[in-house]
Amino acid sequence: MKVLVGIKRVLDPQVKARVKADKSGIDLTNAKMTMNPFCENAVEEAIRLRESGAIEEVVALSIGAAKSEETLRNALALGADRAILVLTEEVLEPLALAKVIKAIVEKETPDLVLVGKQAIDDECNQTGQMLSALLDWPQATFASKLELVDGAAQVTREVDAGIEVINVNMPAVISADLRLNEPRYASLPNVMKAKRKPLDKIELADLGLDTANRLTTLEVMEPPARAAGMIVETVSELVDKLRNEAKVI
Amino acid sequence: MSILVIAEHDNVNLVAATLHTVTAAQQIGGEIDLLIAGHSCEAATQVASQIMGINRVLVANDASLEGLLAENMANLVVTLAQDYTHVLCAATTFGKNFMPRAAALLDVSQISEISEVISADTFVRPVYAGNALAKIQSRDSIKLITVRITKFDAATAIGGSAPIETVSASPDSGLSRFIGLSSSKTERVELTSAAIVISGGRGMQNGENFQMLESVADKLGAAVGASRAAVDAGFVPNDYQVGQTGKVIAPDLYIAVGLSGAIQHLAGMKDSKTIVAINKDSEAPIFQVADYGLVADLFEAVPALDEALSD
Ligand SMILES: Cc1cc2nc3c(=O)[nH]c(=O)nc-3n(C[C@H](O)[C@H](O)[C@H](O)COP(=O)(O)OP(=O)(O)OC[C@H]3O[C@@H](n4cnc5c(N)ncnc54)[C@H](O)[C@@H]3O)c2cc1C
Ligand SMILES: Nc1ncnc2c1ncn2[C@@H]1O[C@H](COP(=O)(O)O)[C@@H](O)[C@H]1O
Repeated sequence: MKVLVGIKRVLDPQVKARVKADKSGIDLTNAKMTMNPFCENAVEEAIRLRESGAIEEVVALSIGAAKSEETLRNALALGADRAILVLTEEVLEPLALAKVIKAIVEKETPDLVLVGKQAIDDECNQTGQMLSALLDWPQATFASKLELVDGAAQVTREVDAGIEVINVNMPAVISADLRLNEPRYASLPNVMKAKRKPLDKIELADLGLDTANRLTTLEVMEPPARAAGMIVETVSELVDKLRNEAKVI
Repeated sequence: MSILVIAEHDNVNLVAATLHTVTAAQQIGGEIDLLIAGHSCEAATQVASQIMGINRVLVANDASLEGLLAENMANLVVTLAQDYTHVLCAATTFGKNFMPRAAALLDVSQISEISEVISADTFVRPVYAGNALAKIQSRDSIKLITVRITKFDAATAIGGSAPIETVSASPDSGLSRFIGLSSSKTERVELTSAAIVISGGRGMQNGENFQMLESVADKLGAAVGASRAAVDAGFVPNDYQVGQTGKVIAPDLYIAVGLSGAIQHLAGMKDSKTIVAINKDSEAPIFQVADYGLVADLFEAVPALDEALSD
């Protein structure tokens, strides 16, 4: 069995995003980039499945600019067996991404596709669901536990009301939540080894897909700042302010 | 313009998010139909028909909709969507699950978690954990949209009398099965609809200490929330989590106790009307968004607060 993992390169979550002066987007010049945290959980889960003997191969896939190779090398250092980079300078919407991933799925025929539940930059939370729709596969989003039993996947999902369990046929698309696992760090020897692992590059245009975006970003703005607050010295002062100034209790 | 709002309910009542989504639909303008999909959801249908400003309530009541699995929900939405210019659902884990699936089947892009309606095709949505707002225009003929409910007031729940029409559910896809849902139901108000929320972080040290927050919550009629660190450490269940990966809330009063205020936590609460921070570290980032900050040890401050509220 084989797992394909979708990986996005994003602005490091510790870095505060800065809006460009011309409002065209976020300034990423020289910014620290990293693997989307939810994708780290997806890769980790795939590697654990291979280590447990449930699957044989982990293939990491990223769609993006040439720099995404760094992020894929990171996935290889963590334990992915090989990687595929679909090259494009354009930032694709989830619908287009799902079409690209589908094309790769048709070539690679994995039994499972693991993605992150959302990219922390655009926060779309769509790609996995769209991919499973296009493949006519089942989906299990926001997974916090995954077990493969009898050709199906039993998935525990974190939902607003609590914890839900569903059972999906395989092949399936599963999106990882943060509590799915604790991602490992890559050891130095593995980082060195990753440099020699296979990484195929494909030009997006060579896939012959319609990946035109449907949405136009007209502008990107700074959110309004909160007015500065005050420090209170005591609990009774706090209660007094809440009662008589803010009038919220 | 004609808009389909997909209701979220527990078969008996509507989840408050539905009323906020109706308001977003009203801001787009046009006739609004509401879909109740589920199994044994007649009672919720009656509740829905009383919402003000609804044209029709559509009900799909079928065993295939037990557990509201994404595959069956998306197929149902696709059969109905052709008659509408917009399909809206709250950006809850319910809406986030099936809406993108329906969008892909319709070959349209989804506009996720809008915070503002500019016009029928242009919307604002937060990105980068709320550090930026993107104004987006859609060219798709049917616009599938999820709604950040904290940014829209609740529509009036009673006074309407929309006719109820039955629609047929799609056949079960057979791709997935619902096994069960375990919820950490408490007597307390629900986190996303509470007017006051008190949240604890890693500083709480353990689950037992959350009882201090619960005691304060009881006095204030508040809900209890938590940071990711507190959930990961097992102090409280996952559905307490506020933030980028948890719930996005905007109560009248948010009291943050022993949590630092990481960007990802702020993403879930910084639209609260009044924010209080209790933290022993005066440098904690939570103080930058707090209206009232108290630099103190929570193990002294919270019992004192509890005491003060008893007066
Ligand atoms: C992709 C991603 C998504 C995330 N999503 C979320 C999310 O949805 N929600 C979320 O909360 N986090 C989220 N996080 C995690 C976030 O970055 C922080 O790690 C987390 O919020 C920290 O939790 P905390 O504030 O409780 O813990 P800490 O940062 O450890 O803060 C504990 C605070 O308690 C204070 N304290 C300790 N003891 C006391 C005492 N006795 N009295 C008073 N104060 C005390 C300390 O001064 C400190 O400020 C996410 C992270 C990533 C990467
Ligand atoms: N450019 C990309 N290349 C590969 N996978 C991606 C890409 N963008 C998104 N994904 C996958 O889809 C998940 C959800 O992204 P999104 O729908 O944009 O929130 C991510 O966590 C990835 O697993």
